[in-house]
Amino acid sequence: MRRRWLPSLALHAVLVAGAVVTLTPLAWMVSASFMSPGEANSFPPPFLPRVFTLDNYVSLFTRLNLSRYFLNSVIVSVSATLLSLLINSMAGYAFAKLRFRGRERVFRFLLGALVIPAQVGMLPLFLMLKALGLVNTMAAVVIPFMAGIFGIFMIRQYALSIPDDLLDAARVDGAGEFRIFRTVVLPVIRPILVTLAVFVFLSSWNEFMWPLIVLSDDAKYTLPVALASLSGEHVQDTELMMAGSVLTVLPVVLVFIALQRAYMRGVMMGSVKG
Amino acid sequence: MKSAGEGRQHRAGWAFVAPALTLIGVFFFLPVLAGLVLSFTDFDIYAIGRPDVARFVGVRNYAQVLTNPLFWQALFNTFYFVIVGGPLSVLASLVAAMLVSARLARFPGLFRSIFFMPVVTTLVAVAIVWRYLYHPQYGLLNWALGLAGIGPVDWLGNPHTAMLGIILMAVWKNFGYNMLIFVAGLQSIPEELYEAAALDGASPWQRFVHVTLPGLAPTFLFVGVMTMLGNFQLFSEPYVMTQGGPLRATTTVVLLMYEEGFRWWRMGMAAAIAFVLFVIMLGGTLLQMRLARERR
Repeated sequence: MRRRWLPSLALHAVLVAGAVVTLTPLAWMVSASFMSPGEANSFPPPFLPRVFTLDNYVSLFTRLNLSRYFLNSVIVSVSATLLSLLINSMAGYAFAKLRFRGRERVFRFLLGALVIPAQVGMLPLFLMLKALGLVNTMAAVVIPFMAGIFGIFMIRQYALSIPDDLLDAARVDGAGEFRIFRTVVLPVIRPILVTLAVFVFLSSWNEFMWPLIVLSDDAKYTLPVALASLSGEHVQDTELMMAGSVLTVLPVVLVFIALQRAYMRGVMMGSVKG
Repeated sequence: MKSAGEGRQHRAGWAFVAPALTLIGVFFFLPVLAGLVLSFTDFDIYAIGRPDVARFVGVRNYAQVLTNPLFWQALFNTFYFVIVGGPLSVLASLVAAMLVSARLARFPGLFRSIFFMPVVTTLVAVAIVWRYLYHPQYGLLNWALGLAGIGPVDWLGNPHTAMLGIILMAVWKNFGYNMLIFVAGLQSIPEELYEAAALDGASPWQRFVHVTLPGLAPTFLFVGVMTMLGNFQLFSEPYVMTQGGPLRATTTVVLLMYEEGFRWWRMGMAAAIAFVLFVIMLGGTLLQMRLARERR
């Protein structure tokens, strides 16, 4: 027992040090967001605000139209999440459980396409959406998130474990395939639906490059695009930018904390060989 | 009865995958193919209004890309990020995974969540935070280095350290993701192997080299390929933190593609850049898979 004491202390010292380093940038962001203008730009850098103020948050909403961007981000992320849940769960289930000709070939083809970087298609996609009159709309931001190869893969892996007997019993009872999907399959795969929902919500909320490309009108900006643009104009306003960063990060951190088990399971699933 | 059921499943199967396949086909595969065509044209700002004025120019865009010094600089910067940042991030992930998986560790779930936290944060927001942390006069990092007697470093303002600054930030942001995958890999190594090695009198280091590392081989391949593919697409960090500067020291291939395509509207040229990058990424993936096979 005495030999264990020292390694344990060393291990926890390293773990705590790692946790402090990991959390410091986020903690400083929160702290600076409550400082008065100019306070963060002093030496030595202050850790806590001298006077706790909400002024930065008030200016974001009154002067900088932040509620507009926040609403845009919510619209984009919620629609991306709902659409991708419906579309990918149907496809993932079919690839796992419905026998149709060409299934394996199509699925392997999709997996192979995972190595193609999204940027390769971005330029023509932009031109296509322009021709369709969709550039500078929320729909254009949502489109790439609607169907995803990784999402289909995730659902399929989980749906493979549904017993065939369960589906056949429903078929014998005369249920149609879509009804079986709705009443039998969806309840069974609920855990992985939560995982997929968190995945899509976080990635559509955090996405930067694509909305930067398709949105030209300031009023349509999502939070990350608006924040990047504001940070160019307000380089000196450290405290204001930190408040903007807090509001951008807060929703995803809250979603993560609430649903972290589901999310981390999804990350680990991605590593399992399919 | 059986064949009727099969016919029904066949139709239902295609009906279920149709929406997803249509969307992926129209909004991903079609643009990728169109991008290939685009890369052989002189599609530019005039062609955006009137696509019919664009002409085929053969491999001219590729020739221009490959003779453009700025492209080679961007490629060098990207490789710097891939070759230095990638292994650094994988190493940090492995160390973190070993620490949170240690049998002595208390609250492993809490530490795991803390280390994972930066992964879920919005990149643009934390890139702005790090820009202030790197501030040469008031930044927290230089203050901490000052305590250790290291003089102020103008992290993002100096072409020699700017990419390093981006790498440090990216390691902080991403290591939690691969950590989780390593944790899953560590859990898949049978406990008996460790017990057998311990019975043979193997030291902890020997156990790590002869049990843990070989047991993690498939995980290393997965993590290596995914990290490399992600790192080749570096864009947002330099866009927000340095705008590709100073002196182009952090201009990456994707940032160059973005500038060519969406700032100067030279879409043909930008498409050629994208495909050159794609070929390099494909080569890197095949190389890693081959190395992994040879080691076995």
